[in-house]
Amino acid sequence: MKKLILALSIISIAFGCNTANKKETVTIKGSDTVLPLTQKEMEAYQKKHSEAAISVTGGGSGVGIAALLSGTTDIAQSSRKIKFDEKLKLEESGKEVHEVLIAYDALSIVVHPDNQVSRLTREQLEDIFTGKITNWKEVGGEDLKIIPYARETSSGTYEFFKESVLKDKNYMNGILSMPATGGIIQSISQTKGAIGYVGFAYVNNKVKDIHVSYDNGKTYIEPTVENVKNESYPIVRPLFYYYTNLHETGKSFIDFILSSEGQKVVSKVGYITLNK
Amino acid sequence: MKKFIDKLIEGLLKLSGTVTGITVLLIIVFLFKEGSGLFQSSTVEKGYTLLVNSENPIDKLSPEELKHIFDGKIENWKQVGGRDEAIRIFRFDEIFSIYTDDELGEDYDLIPEKLGEVIHTNPGIIAYIPQKYAAKNSRGIKELIQEKIGLSDYFLGEEWLPTATPAPLFGILPLLFGTLLVSFIAILIAIPLGVGVAIYLAEIANERIRKLLKPAIELLAGIPSVVYGFFGLVVLAPIVQKTGNLDLGETAFTGSLILAIMALPTIISIAEDALRTTPKAMRDASLALGANKWQTIYKVVIPFASSGIAAAVVLGVGRAIGETMAVLMVTGNAAVIPHSMFESVRTIPATIAAELGEAPSGGTHYQALFLLGAVLFIITLTISIVAEIISSRKMIKE
Repeated sequence: MKKLILALSIISIAFGCNTANKKETVTIKGSDTVLPLTQKEMEAYQKKHSEAAISVTGGGSGVGIAALLSGTTDIAQSSRKIKFDEKLKLEESGKEVHEVLIAYDALSIVVHPDNQVSRLTREQLEDIFTGKITNWKEVGGEDLKIIPYARETSSGTYEFFKESVLKDKNYMNGILSMPATGGIIQSISQTKGAIGYVGFAYVNNKVKDIHVSYDNGKTYIEPTVENVKNESYPIVRPLFYYYTNLHETGKSFIDFILSSEGQKVVSKVGYITLNK
Repeated sequence: MKKFIDKLIEGLLKLSGTVTGITVLLIIVFLFKEGSGLFQSSTVEKGYTLLVNSENPIDKLSPEELKHIFDGKIENWKQVGGRDEAIRIFRFDEIFSIYTDDELGEDYDLIPEKLGEVIHTNPGIIAYIPQKYAAKNSRGIKELIQEKIGLSDYFLGEEWLPTATPAPLFGILPLLFGTLLVSFIAILIAIPLGVGVAIYLAEIANERIRKLLKPAIELLAGIPSVVYGFFGLVVLAPIVQKTGNLDLGETAFTGSLILAIMALPTIISIAEDALRTTPKAMRDASLALGANKWQTIYKVVIPFASSGIAAAVVLGVGRAIGETMAVLMVTGNAAVIPHSMFESVRTIPATIAAELGEAPSGGTHYQALFLLGAVLFIITLTISIVAEIISSRKMIKE
């Protein structure tokens, strides 16, 4: 009987806390790319506003926007622009979507460190990922089969790469795909003919980044912080927050991210600030 | 009072049985309900439409033809049965580079009109634009007939490109073959190993070794599948790549190895329990007739335990087919129909796990994934029914 009372009191305390907190909790859901940024922003924000309750979860850009539609999240974080039919659906249900650009992310093209090739043009990248070029010797490397790795078909990164580098063409049939950026790095570091793309912040010494040219080989740009900031590196994508209606805490959190203090966090996490 | 408690417990047990049954039924109904909507959807992405010049004799295009056109592999209308004319692809965004925002009017009111102009003046054009902005009934424009996704597109399609625009391809054959191949090889590895270890533990090993080994093997079942997946990716994949001298280590075979390791504890544990339930009297009788230890195992113990061993195998197969995370990490996930076990494959559970998170809820991709779940359910159901038949048939023979 004593145990029962104890259990009941624990449950009631737990529920009590829940209802007390519910008032001003901001929930943020969506892209796994934006997730680490939002978490760090939240920590920084809560240092100043200890009373603010913010909960952040990942799951993917699509999940975040779907949750916005069903009203289970306040803010959807997304690594791609909202799709036309998603926007249409939100508008149909009487909700007006607001879009906030919070940061940029650059994509690096990476290969195995032993690969002799260190620069490629956009056209060559397109041909590699659509399956027209299949051997490294066609782009100045050794006689080795090219093994392209992509992200999963519906991740925001996959879509962005398709838009920016493949010019909306489809990836080759049966491209290898990995569920996470870590998997791509791991696979590329142990497969000699591999090539793939990862978020700029993820590149480490297990892989080599490729200098990219978007002007038919006139200039090749290395993905470095300076080159991204001075806008010479071409493969950069925006990261968004979407919301329909937001109470005070949410608004002040977004304002914080856009402030110079919040943008400092952006560059600390490895993304690129808005005022490039 | 005691009677009342008995009644209460009986009622509770009944209730929990009913609740479980209803839950299972609800899940199945949900799966099929969400999935079946796919065949009511049109092949072109929702909210969009395809327009051509009205002088173009083509009325409709298949999803494959559309994919090749938008990939630039088909460049002339002749190749899809039309006139000898170059295809000009027009995507919605291009309208903003042809006209300024002012020309498109307030709130983009004039977009349909301007789009009409563009299409009318380009006889070889194919325009992929939101339905909202499609100028209907205007001169010089024809909308391509939108067909519904057919059963054969899904069940016999050979390409899985769920986010291709304008027409996604949902052919499940590569995924189905990938799943079956990985599970089949895993079972080929796991059954002899598992049953062998079970026999060793039950009949040959002495008590001390058995007491040490069995908990250790059962501990394997408690390791999270992500850990297995990571082990496979970092340790097994490079080994497979080096020993086979392959281009890459993420192959169907690597996935099978991991699955076999994961299915082993289930198979060993259940098969060993079954072997040990053979009555001592039967063993003694066999030995008394002059059979040696091996003959007793082979002729008496294994036949007696065969239905239990079959159950162990089925549970192992079930684990292999439904396993998601480990396979997702080591098979490379390339959606092509595999020709050998040293190619990368994409399995059904891995596809669902990887894609459902980002698929717009309620869209065709979402429905296609639910239907994949239903297909997986039917596969495992068939396997259990077959196993049930096999084991009951053996019982009758005895």
